[in-house]
Amino acid sequence: MAMPVTHYLRTSKMPHIWCAGCGHGIVLGAVLRAIDSLGLDKDEVCVVSGIGCASRAPGYLDFNTLHTTHGRAIAFATGIKMAKPELKVIVLTGDGDAAAIGGNHLIHAARRNIGITTVCFNNSIYGMTSGQYSPMTPTGSLASTAPYGNIEEPFDLCDLVYAAGASYVARGTAYHALLLSKLIAKAIATEGFSFVEAITQCPTYYGRRNNMRSAVDMLKWQKEHAVPVAAAAKMSAEELVGKFRIGELGTRTRPEYTRRYAAVIETAQKEEAEQDA
Amino acid sequence: MPGSIEAGPAVEGRPAEVPVEINQKWCKGCDICVAFCPKEVLARPEGGKAQVAHPEKCTRCGLCEIMCPDLAIVVVPAARKGTSSRGQGGAADA
Ligand SMILES: Cc1ncc(C[n+]2csc(CCOP(=O)(O)OP(=O)(O)O)c2C)c(N)n1
Ligand code: SF4
Ligand code: SF4
Ligand code: SF4
Repeated sequence: MAMPVTHYLRTSKMPHIWCAGCGHGIVLGAVLRAIDSLGLDKDEVCVVSGIGCASRAPGYLDFNTLHTTHGRAIAFATGIKMAKPELKVIVLTGDGDAAAIGGNHLIHAARRNIGITTVCFNNSIYGMTSGQYSPMTPTGSLASTAPYGNIEEPFDLCDLVYAAGASYVARGTAYHALLLSKLIAKAIATEGFSFVEAITQCPTYYGRRNNMRSAVDMLKWQKEHAVPVAAAAKMSAEELVGKFRIGELGTRTRPEYTRRYAAVIETAQKEEAEQDA
Repeated sequence: MPGSIEAGPAVEGRPAEVPVEINQKWCKGCDICVAFCPKEVLARPEGGKAQVAHPEKCTRCGLCEIMCPDLAIVVVPAARKGTSSRGQGGAADA
Protein backbone atom coordinates (compact mmCIF):
# COMPACT_ATOMS: atom_id res chain seq x y z
CA MET A 1 0.00 0.00 0.00
CA ALA A 2 1.36 3.36 -0.94
CA MET A 3 1.69 5.61 2.08
CA PRO A 4 1.11 9.37 2.12
CA VAL A 5 4.36 11.27 2.65
CA THR A 6 3.19 12.22 6.14
CA HIS A 7 3.78 8.56 7.12
CA TYR A 8 7.52 9.25 6.87
CA LEU A 9 7.48 12.60 8.69
CA ARG A 10 8.01 13.52 12.31
CA THR A 11 4.81 15.50 12.11
CA SER A 12 5.41 17.10 15.51
CA LYS A 13 8.36 18.95 13.93
CA MET A 14 6.22 20.37 11.13
CA PRO A 15 5.70 22.90 9.61
CA HIS A 16 9.31 22.94 8.41
CA ILE A 17 11.53 26.03 8.60
CA TRP A 18 11.98 26.52 4.86
CA CYS A 19 10.74 29.77 3.31
CA ALA A 20 7.45 29.93 1.42
CA GLY A 21 8.03 28.48 -2.05
CA CYS A 22 11.45 26.97 -1.23
CA GLY A 23 11.96 24.02 -3.57
CA HIS A 24 13.65 21.93 -0.89
CA GLY A 25 10.24 20.72 0.31
CA ILE A 26 9.34 19.52 -3.19
CA VAL A 27 12.62 17.60 -3.44
CA LEU A 28 12.05 16.14 0.01
CA GLY A 29 8.58 14.96 -1.09
CA ALA A 30 10.19 13.30 -4.14
CA VAL A 31 12.69 11.50 -1.88
CA LEU A 32 9.86 10.21 0.32
CA ARG A 33 7.78 9.01 -2.64
CA ALA A 34 10.86 7.22 -3.99
CA ILE A 35 11.41 5.44 -0.67
CA ASP A 36 7.72 4.56 -0.53
CA SER A 37 7.74 3.17 -4.08
CA LEU A 38 10.53 0.79 -3.10
CA GLY A 39 8.51 -0.48 -0.14
CA LEU A 40 11.38 0.09 2.27
CA ASP A 41 10.85 -0.24 5.99
CA LYS A 42 11.67 2.94 7.93
CA ASP A 43 14.32 1.11 9.94
CA GLU A 44 16.14 -0.01 6.78
CA VAL A 45 16.84 3.60 5.84
CA CYS A 46 19.43 6.01 7.24
CA VAL A 47 19.34 9.63 6.08
CA VAL A 48 22.43 11.76 6.62
CA SER A 49 22.96 15.47 5.97
CA GLY A 50 25.56 18.20 6.42
CA ILE A 51 24.80 21.86 7.13
CA GLY A 52 22.61 24.27 5.19
CA CYS A 53 18.90 24.74 4.52
CA ALA A 54 18.79 21.49 2.51
CA SER A 55 20.58 19.70 5.31
CA ARG A 56 17.75 20.48 7.72
CA ALA A 57 15.65 17.83 5.93
CA PRO A 58 16.47 14.77 8.10
CA GLY A 59 15.16 16.58 11.19
CA TYR A 60 11.65 16.12 9.79
CA LEU A 61 12.06 12.47 8.83
CA ASP A 62 11.04 9.38 10.74
CA PHE A 63 14.00 7.19 9.69
CA ASN A 64 17.39 6.67 11.28
CA THR A 65 18.77 10.19 10.77
CA LEU A 66 21.99 12.08 11.28
CA HIS A 67 22.55 15.85 10.90
CA THR A 68 26.34 16.31 10.78
CA THR A 69 28.84 19.08 10.03
CA HIS A 70 29.21 21.21 6.92
CA GLY A 71 30.40 19.19 3.92
CA ARG A 72 30.94 15.99 5.87
CA ALA A 73 27.66 14.14 5.37
CA ILE A 74 29.23 11.67 2.92
CA ALA A 75 32.13 11.00 5.30
CA PHE A 76 29.68 10.12 8.10
CA ALA A 77 27.55 8.14 5.65
CA THR A 78 30.63 6.18 4.59
CA GLY A 79 31.18 5.14 8.22
CA ILE A 80 27.56 4.09 8.58
CA LYS A 81 27.60 2.07 5.36
CA MET A 82 30.85 0.34 6.35
CA ALA A 83 29.40 -0.61 9.74
CA LYS A 84 25.96 -1.57 8.45
CA PRO A 85 26.12 -2.36 4.74
CA GLU A 86 22.55 -3.68 4.81
CA LEU A 87 21.17 -0.15 5.40
CA LYS A 88 19.99 2.09 2.57
CA VAL A 89 22.12 5.13 3.32
CA ILE A 90 20.85 8.35 1.75
CA VAL A 91 22.69 11.67 1.90
CA LEU A 92 20.65 14.87 1.51
CA THR A 93 22.94 17.81 0.81
CA GLY A 94 23.02 21.33 -0.64
CA ASP A 95 25.14 22.43 -3.59
CA GLY A 96 27.49 24.27 -1.26
CA ASP A 97 27.63 21.36 1.16
CA ALA A 98 28.28 18.82 -1.62
CA ALA A 99 30.31 20.72 -4.21
CA ALA A 100 32.30 23.28 -2.19
CA ILE A 101 33.39 22.20 1.30
CA GLY A 102 32.31 18.59 0.71
CA GLY A 103 33.56 18.22 -2.86
CA ASN A 104 36.38 15.86 -2.02
CA HIS A 105 34.16 13.49 -0.05
CA LEU A 106 31.79 13.42 -2.99
CA ILE A 107 34.35 12.45 -5.63
CA HIS A 108 36.05 9.89 -3.40
CA ALA A 109 32.77 8.20 -2.49
CA ALA A 110 32.12 7.96 -6.24
CA ARG A 111 35.63 6.64 -6.87
CA ARG A 112 35.18 3.94 -4.22
CA ASN A 113 31.70 3.21 -5.53
CA ILE A 114 30.34 2.83 -2.03
CA GLY A 115 26.62 2.04 -1.85
CA ILE A 116 25.35 5.45 -0.78
CA THR A 117 22.71 7.52 -2.56
CA THR A 118 23.39 11.26 -2.59
CA VAL A 119 20.64 13.71 -3.49
CA CYS A 120 22.05 17.20 -4.05
CA PHE A 121 19.47 19.97 -3.58
CA ASN A 122 20.99 22.40 -6.08
CA ASN A 123 19.50 25.87 -5.61
CA SER A 124 22.58 27.57 -7.15
CA ILE A 125 23.40 29.45 -3.94
CA TYR A 126 24.27 29.24 -0.26
CA GLY A 127 20.76 29.74 1.11
CA MET A 128 21.30 29.36 4.83
CA THR A 129 24.04 31.98 5.03
CA SER A 130 22.00 34.44 2.91
CA GLY A 131 23.12 34.14 -0.65
CA GLN A 132 26.86 33.77 -1.27
CA TYR A 133 27.68 32.16 -4.65
CA SER A 134 28.50 28.46 -4.68
CA PRO A 135 30.43 26.28 -7.15
CA MET A 136 27.02 25.70 -8.78
CA THR A 137 26.05 29.36 -9.28
CA PRO A 138 25.67 30.11 -12.99
CA THR A 139 28.13 32.55 -14.58
CA GLY A 140 26.79 36.09 -14.50
CA SER A 141 24.28 35.48 -11.69
CA LEU A 142 24.13 37.96 -8.84
CA ALA A 143 24.96 36.86 -5.31
CA SER A 144 25.81 38.71 -2.10
CA THR A 145 29.46 37.90 -2.82
CA ALA A 146 29.10 38.63 -6.55
CA PRO A 147 27.34 42.01 -6.72
CA TYR A 148 28.62 42.54 -10.30
CA GLY A 149 27.80 39.01 -11.42
CA ASN A 150 29.56 35.69 -10.83
CA ILE A 151 32.74 35.45 -12.94
CA GLU A 152 33.21 31.71 -12.30
CA GLU A 153 31.84 28.77 -14.27
CA PRO A 154 29.82 26.18 -12.34
CA PHE A 155 30.65 22.50 -12.24
CA ASP A 156 28.60 20.02 -14.18
CA LEU A 157 28.27 18.05 -10.98
CA CYS A 158 26.72 15.01 -12.67
CA ASP A 159 29.58 14.76 -15.18
CA LEU A 160 32.09 15.21 -12.36
CA VAL A 161 30.60 12.46 -10.20
CA TYR A 162 30.24 10.09 -13.13
CA ALA A 163 33.83 10.69 -14.23
CA ALA A 164 34.93 9.93 -10.66
CA GLY A 165 33.36 6.47 -10.92
CA ALA A 166 29.73 6.53 -9.70
CA SER A 167 27.39 3.71 -10.73
CA TYR A 168 24.34 5.89 -11.33
CA VAL A 169 24.04 9.60 -12.10
CA ALA A 170 20.86 11.52 -12.91
CA ARG A 171 19.41 15.01 -12.84
CA GLY A 172 15.87 16.19 -12.18
CA THR A 173 14.14 19.36 -11.06
CA ALA A 174 11.56 20.39 -8.49
CA TYR A 175 9.23 21.25 -11.38
CA HIS A 176 9.57 17.69 -12.77
CA ALA A 177 8.82 16.26 -9.33
CA LEU A 178 7.39 12.97 -10.56
CA LEU A 179 10.42 12.27 -12.78
CA LEU A 180 12.66 13.29 -9.89
CA SER A 181 11.16 10.72 -7.55
CA LYS A 182 11.55 8.00 -10.19
CA LEU A 183 15.22 8.90 -10.64
CA ILE A 184 15.77 8.88 -6.88
CA ALA A 185 14.08 5.48 -6.60
CA LYS A 186 16.44 4.08 -9.25
CA ALA A 187 19.38 5.64 -7.46
CA ILE A 188 18.40 4.04 -4.15
CA ALA A 189 17.96 0.68 -5.89
CA THR A 190 21.50 0.94 -7.34
CA GLU A 191 24.11 -1.14 -5.55
CA GLY A 192 27.08 1.22 -5.92
CA PHE A 193 27.40 4.98 -5.47
CA SER A 194 24.43 6.86 -6.92
CA PHE A 195 23.96 10.58 -7.33
CA VAL A 196 20.90 12.65 -8.21
CA GLU A 197 21.17 16.39 -8.76
CA ALA A 198 17.83 18.04 -8.03
CA ILE A 199 17.61 21.55 -9.50
CA THR A 200 15.52 23.49 -7.03
CA GLN A 201 14.64 27.06 -6.13
CA CYS A 202 15.71 29.46 -3.40
CA PRO A 203 13.30 32.34 -4.03
CA THR A 204 14.64 34.25 -1.02
CA TYR A 205 18.36 34.56 -1.84
CA TYR A 206 18.66 33.54 -5.48
CA GLY A 207 15.39 34.26 -7.26
CA ARG A 208 14.81 37.80 -6.06
CA ARG A 209 18.36 38.85 -6.92
CA ASN A 210 18.14 37.29 -10.36
CA ASN A 211 14.93 38.62 -11.88
CA MET A 212 12.72 35.78 -10.75
CA ARG A 213 10.29 37.34 -8.35
CA SER A 214 8.49 34.25 -7.12
CA ALA A 215 8.85 30.52 -6.62
CA VAL A 216 6.32 30.06 -9.44
CA ASP A 217 8.59 32.04 -11.81
CA MET A 218 11.55 29.88 -10.77
CA LEU A 219 9.63 26.65 -11.40
CA LYS A 220 8.66 27.97 -14.84
CA TRP A 221 12.35 28.69 -15.47
CA GLN A 222 13.15 25.05 -14.62
CA LYS A 223 10.44 23.86 -17.00
CA GLU A 224 11.73 26.04 -19.83
CA HIS A 225 15.43 25.23 -19.44
CA ALA A 226 15.37 21.49 -18.78
CA VAL A 227 15.85 19.20 -21.77
CA PRO A 228 15.17 15.45 -21.44
CA VAL A 229 18.27 13.42 -22.34
CA ALA A 230 16.62 11.80 -25.38
CA ALA A 231 15.74 15.21 -26.84
CA ALA A 232 19.17 16.62 -25.96
CA ALA A 233 20.86 13.82 -27.92
CA LYS A 234 19.28 15.21 -31.09
CA MET A 235 20.22 18.83 -30.38
CA SER A 236 23.37 20.70 -31.41
CA ALA A 237 25.78 22.23 -28.89
CA GLU A 238 24.49 25.71 -29.80
CA GLU A 239 20.90 24.68 -29.20
CA LEU A 240 21.85 23.40 -25.75
CA VAL A 241 23.55 26.62 -24.62
CA GLY A 242 21.89 27.82 -21.41
CA LYS A 243 19.88 24.59 -21.05
CA PHE A 244 20.54 21.55 -18.90
CA ARG A 245 19.81 17.86 -19.41
CA ILE A 246 17.43 15.95 -17.16
CA GLY A 247 17.01 12.18 -16.81
CA GLU A 248 19.51 9.38 -16.42
CA LEU A 249 22.94 10.67 -17.40
CA GLY A 250 25.13 7.67 -16.65
CA THR A 251 24.84 4.09 -15.44
CA ARG A 252 27.55 1.48 -15.12
CA THR A 253 28.23 -1.68 -13.11
CA ARG A 254 31.32 -1.77 -10.91
CA PRO A 255 32.11 -3.70 -7.71
CA GLU A 256 30.62 -1.99 -4.65
CA TYR A 257 33.04 -0.94 -1.91
CA THR A 258 31.56 -2.58 1.21
CA ARG A 259 31.34 -5.90 -0.70
CA ARG A 260 35.00 -5.63 -1.62
CA TYR A 261 35.80 -4.86 1.97
CA ALA A 262 33.77 -7.85 3.18
CA ALA A 263 35.85 -10.02 0.83
CA VAL A 264 39.04 -8.66 2.41
CA ILE A 265 37.74 -9.52 5.88
CA GLU A 266 36.89 -13.02 4.73
CA THR A 267 40.35 -13.56 3.21
CA ALA A 268 42.10 -12.24 6.31
CA GLN A 269 40.01 -14.40 8.64
CA LYS A 270 40.68 -17.50 6.53
CA GLU A 271 44.40 -16.82 6.59
CA GLU A 272 44.37 -16.34 10.32
CA ALA A 273 42.40 -19.56 10.84
CA GLU A 274 44.91 -21.44 8.69
CA GLN A 275 47.83 -20.04 10.68
CA ASP A 276 46.15 -21.06 13.94
CA ALA A 277 45.52 -24.60 12.70
CA MET B 1 3.12 -4.09 -1.31
CA PRO B 2 5.31 -1.25 -2.51
CA GLY B 3 3.43 1.43 -4.39
CA SER B 4 4.50 2.63 -7.80
CA ILE B 5 5.17 6.20 -8.84
CA GLU B 6 3.00 5.87 -11.92
CA ALA B 7 0.47 8.59 -12.64
CA GLY B 8 -3.04 7.39 -11.93
CA PRO B 9 -5.97 7.87 -14.27
CA ALA B 10 -7.73 11.17 -13.76
CA VAL B 11 -11.32 10.84 -12.60
CA GLU B 12 -13.32 13.33 -14.67
CA GLY B 13 -16.61 14.78 -13.56
CA ARG B 14 -16.93 13.01 -10.22
CA PRO B 15 -16.92 15.82 -7.72
CA ALA B 16 -16.39 14.50 -4.22
CA GLU B 17 -17.16 16.64 -1.23
CA VAL B 18 -13.49 17.50 -0.64
CA PRO B 19 -11.18 16.05 -3.31
CA VAL B 20 -8.15 17.86 -1.89
CA GLU B 21 -7.27 18.52 1.72
CA ILE B 22 -4.96 21.42 2.53
CA ASN B 23 -3.32 21.48 5.93
CA GLN B 24 -3.84 25.11 6.90
CA LYS B 25 -1.18 24.91 9.62
CA TRP B 26 1.53 23.84 7.17
CA CYS B 27 0.58 25.94 4.10
CA LYS B 28 2.80 29.01 3.69
CA GLY B 29 0.83 30.55 0.85
CA CYS B 30 3.48 30.23 -1.86
CA ASP B 31 0.91 29.96 -4.70
CA ILE B 32 2.62 27.00 -6.40
CA CYS B 33 -0.50 24.82 -6.20
CA VAL B 34 -2.69 27.69 -7.37
CA ALA B 35 -0.43 28.39 -10.35
CA PHE B 36 0.11 24.81 -11.52
CA CYS B 37 -3.28 23.15 -10.92
CA PRO B 38 -4.37 22.43 -14.52
CA LYS B 39 -8.07 22.87 -13.62
CA GLU B 40 -7.93 26.09 -11.57
CA VAL B 41 -9.42 24.34 -8.57
CA LEU B 42 -7.34 26.18 -6.01
CA ALA B 43 -7.23 29.81 -5.00
CA ARG B 44 -5.60 31.90 -2.32
CA PRO B 45 -6.98 35.03 -0.75
CA GLU B 46 -4.56 37.95 -0.47
CA GLY B 47 -2.20 37.20 2.41
CA GLY B 48 -3.98 33.91 3.24
CA LYS B 49 -3.58 30.18 2.76
CA ALA B 50 -4.55 28.04 -0.23
CA GLN B 51 -8.22 27.03 -0.45
CA VAL B 52 -10.19 24.55 -2.55
CA ALA B 53 -12.30 27.05 -4.47
CA HIS B 54 -13.75 24.79 -7.19
CA PRO B 55 -13.83 21.20 -5.93
CA GLU B 56 -16.14 20.15 -8.76
CA LYS B 57 -13.43 20.80 -11.34
CA CYS B 58 -10.79 18.61 -9.65
CA THR B 59 -9.64 15.50 -11.54
CA ARG B 60 -7.52 14.24 -8.62
CA CYS B 61 -4.47 14.36 -10.88
CA GLY B 62 -2.26 14.72 -7.79
CA LEU B 63 -0.10 17.48 -9.20
CA CYS B 64 -0.76 19.90 -6.35
CA GLU B 65 0.18 17.21 -3.82
CA ILE B 66 3.57 16.45 -5.37
CA MET B 67 4.40 20.13 -5.98
CA CYS B 68 3.47 21.57 -2.60
CA PRO B 69 6.81 22.44 -0.94
CA ASP B 70 5.20 22.31 2.49
CA LEU B 71 3.77 18.79 2.06
CA ALA B 72 0.47 20.37 3.06
CA ILE B 73 -1.77 18.85 0.35
CA VAL B 74 -3.33 15.41 0.24
CA VAL B 75 -5.58 14.31 -2.61
CA VAL B 76 -8.40 12.15 -1.28
CA PRO B 77 -9.20 9.12 -3.45
CA ALA B 78 -12.74 9.17 -4.86
CA ALA B 79 -13.69 5.73 -3.57
CA ARG B 80 -12.17 5.86 -0.13
CA LYS B 81 -12.95 9.25 1.23
CA GLY B 82 -11.09 10.00 4.42
CA THR B 83 -8.00 7.95 3.61
CA SER B 84 -5.33 9.83 1.77
CA SER B 85 -3.56 8.94 -1.45
CA ARG B 86 0.02 9.49 -2.39
CA GLY B 87 0.65 12.03 -5.12
CA GLN B 88 0.12 10.58 -8.55
CA GLY B 89 0.58 13.68 -10.61
CA GLY B 90 2.08 13.50 -14.02
CA ALA B 91 1.27 16.71 -15.79
CA ALA B 92 4.38 18.45 -14.49
CA ASP B 93 6.47 15.96 -16.41
CA ALA B 94 4.64 16.48 -19.70
C1 LIG C 1 32.90 24.64 8.52
C2 LIG C 1 31.78 25.58 8.18
N1 LIG C 1 31.99 26.54 7.26
C3 LIG C 1 30.99 27.39 6.93
C4 LIG C 1 29.77 27.27 7.53
C5 LIG C 1 28.67 28.26 7.17
N2 LIG C 1 27.66 27.68 6.30
C6 LIG C 1 26.53 27.16 6.80
S1 LIG C 1 25.50 26.58 5.62
C7 LIG C 1 26.58 27.06 4.39
C8 LIG C 1 26.26 26.86 2.94
C9 LIG C 1 24.90 26.35 2.67
O1 LIG C 1 24.67 26.26 1.30
P1 LIG C 1 24.16 24.95 0.60
O2 LIG C 1 24.94 23.77 1.04
O3 LIG C 1 24.13 25.19 -0.86
O4 LIG C 1 22.69 24.72 1.21
P2 LIG C 1 21.38 25.65 1.15
O5 LIG C 1 21.41 26.43 2.44
O6 LIG C 1 21.45 26.50 -0.05
O7 LIG C 1 20.29 24.65 1.12
C10 LIG C 1 27.72 27.64 4.92
C11 LIG C 1 28.82 28.18 4.12
C12 LIG C 1 29.59 26.25 8.47
N3 LIG C 1 28.40 26.06 9.07
N4 LIG C 1 30.59 25.43 8.78
S1 SF4 D 1 16.91 30.71 2.26
FE1 SF4 D 1 16.51 29.75 0.27
S2 SF4 D 1 17.17 27.62 0.49
FE2 SF4 D 1 16.93 28.47 2.58
S3 SF4 D 1 14.83 27.97 3.18
FE3 SF4 D 1 14.77 30.01 2.28
S4 SF4 D 1 14.28 29.67 0.11
FE4 SF4 D 1 14.97 27.71 0.95
S1 SF4 E 1 1.67 24.84 -2.68
FE1 SF4 E 1 1.36 24.21 -0.53
S2 SF4 E 1 2.31 25.83 0.71
FE2 SF4 E 1 2.05 26.64 -1.38
S3 SF4 E 1 0.06 27.70 -1.33
FE3 SF4 E 1 -0.34 25.61 -2.05
S4 SF4 E 1 -0.82 24.45 -0.17
FE4 SF4 E 1 0.13 26.35 0.48
S1 SF4 F 1 -5.59 17.13 -7.81
FE1 SF4 F 1 -5.07 18.11 -9.78
S2 SF4 F 1 -7.00 19.04 -10.44
FE2 SF4 F 1 -7.26 18.58 -8.27
S3 SF4 F 1 -6.63 20.45 -7.19
FE3 SF4 F 1 -4.81 19.17 -7.34
S4 SF4 F 1 -3.76 19.85 -9.21
FE4 SF4 F 1 -5.86 20.61 -9.30
